Amino acid sequence: MAIGKAAIEAVGVTKIFQSSGQDSLKALDNVSVTIGENEFFTLLGPSGCGKTTLLRLIAGFDFPTDGQILLHGQDIAQLPPFQRPVNTVFQNYALFPHMTVGQNIGFGLEMQGKPKAQVEARVAEMLRLVQMEELKNRRTSQISGGQQQRVALARALAPEPKVLLLDEPLSALDYKLRKEMQIELKRLQNETGITFIFVTHDQEEALTMSDRIAVISKGKILQVGSPRDIYDRPAVRFVANFIGETNFLEGKVVSTAKGQAKIALDAGTTIAASLGEGAKPSGKVTVVVRPEHASVVASSGKATLLGKLENIVYFGTDTHYHVKLNGGGEFTVRHQNVHAGALAFEKGDKVGVLFGADAARVLRD
Amino acid sequence: MARTFSVRTQPGFTFIAMLCFFLLYLPIATLVVYAFNSGQSVAIWEGFSFRWFESAWNNRAVQEASIRSIFIATFAAIVATFVATMAALATTRTAPYPGLTFKYAFINQPLMVPEIVTAVALLIVFSRIKVWTGYSGIAYLLAAHTAFCIPFAYLPIRARLENMDLTLERAAADLYATPWNAFKRVTLPLLWPGIIAGFMLAFVISLDDVVITEFVKSGGQETLPTYMLGQLRRIVTPEINAIATVFLLISVAFVTMFFIINRKKP
Repeated sequence: MAIGKAAIEAVGVTKIFQSSGQDSLKALDNVSVTIGENEFFTLLGPSGCGKTTLLRLIAGFDFPTDGQILLHGQDIAQLPPFQRPVNTVFQNYALFPHMTVGQNIGFGLEMQGKPKAQVEARVAEMLRLVQMEELKNRRTSQISGGQQQRVALARALAPEPKVLLLDEPLSALDYKLRKEMQIELKRLQNETGITFIFVTHDQEEALTMSDRIAVISKGKILQVGSPRDIYDRPAVRFVANFIGETNFLEGKVVSTAKGQAKIALDAGTTIAASLGEGAKPSGKVTVVVRPEHASVVASSGKATLLGKLENIVYFGTDTHYHVKLNGGGEFTVRHQNVHAGALAFEKGDKVGVLFGADAARVLRD
Repeated sequence: MARTFSVRTQPGFTFIAMLCFFLLYLPIATLVVYAFNSGQSVAIWEGFSFRWFESAWNNRAVQEASIRSIFIATFAAIVATFVATMAALATTRTAPYPGLTFKYAFINQPLMVPEIVTAVALLIVFSRIKVWTGYSGIAYLLAAHTAFCIPFAYLPIRARLENMDLTLERAAADLYATPWNAFKRVTLPLLWPGIIAGFMLAFVISLDDVVITEFVKSGGQETLPTYMLGQLRRIVTPEINAIATVFLLISVAFVTMFFIINRKKP
């Protein structure tokens, strides 16, 4: 997806937390990323990777040790939070317990000094947007978790921020409600046209909702791209491993041509693979193949790799074949169960694994 | 199945518990009962009467001491609560720094230093000031009471601030509230129960004080507790029981309210 005008740009942002002892923690390490206007952008990574720190720096709850944070080209890194046209949906919602639903939603506008009538009108509009008109005068303690989530969203959207920050807002909801809210969030983003920056550790959430995803680990952005980019074309081992299941094959580059490479695998076979973004065209490399991008075939026919079928696991919608490769290593293949019928292979069979050069990708590391 | 250890199943538990309750409450119950004695004695029951309540109510010395006590307690509790609120905000809304623990101890000093030591110290200092300035008014009592009330007001307020969800203040700031507005619209309304609880605790502590008051007071500055102490040195009538009973009621009412208010979740 092409990035339009930049809403938020992080330029060489580093954040070091100085603890009381001599040890300090580098939460963000020279991070640069551009987030477009009207984009649903997700920061994805395991807990403690720095994604929430980046969000807090954009919100203004913390200040970078080094680097700039630009909002529409202006550096806001040193502004206090109340001077930034950026609002946050907190993980625990942080609704004001001494105010009603309506007062919560109107708080931001009131603090901006908007006239009462305008605040009232906007609160009514926001309540309609999140379908909660009848709960305006309830206390926040008298509504359900899903409703609190909607109030938190309405409260953050009411002042029409340039950017909405969402800090794992769905993690406290149960599975069904989470699915509903994922759709709701996408709808709200389409209707308001506001840039959403969404923090999550849930890869599925990231893949289904985002326009683009930045995968973060240990304070560094490893890859930025569309969900399809990230899933189909992981650039590094961490991304391939963190998102979905993957087969890793180790080998050496024999030759390269037109973005493709011949790789001599440690297991003995030579395969064709495409070179990932920034992949080195020589020496020892790792190749990844998604289980659903390969198929199990008869060992007598055309096969990329040969092995023995060790295990078959039936999952309803699809079946996983675990193949022990000749020359060492394991390989998992996922077949979708298209129609009922006898399985073509049985445990213990000698089989082949087939995949093309476009399914095998050479990683950067 | 192995039972977990319970102190309640130990031999003698019931006996010891009952003994403690008797020792605690029997004297108080006796005191309250004899407040209604129609006779002159605090030990021989002669019949039911409200005469000692009436007598206490009409006793000018009791009236003056009561008014003084309430005035001092109100003043001390208000000032102490204000100071304690500031102190609690300053010590909780900050990143930890070396010396913070020392600061807690410093604020809570009156809880740790024996009251008699503080009383003697104040007596010595105040007597010097009295000599220099010639002033011997009620300000000494007000100052002393305010000082020892501060930790009692400070503790519930600080506890409330510590239990408060910090993201609420962050959310207010995120929604364009300046630090002052965030305090006024979010922190303070959520802190009120702690402040009121702190005030009531401070009020009761001041109302109840004997030791420091006895040392610091000038002539004619009896508070209710020091008046009662003085009376005990003379002829004891059930009037003292009546005063104590009313006192007890007020204290129990305040402490109960303190617990009710403090129990409300932030």
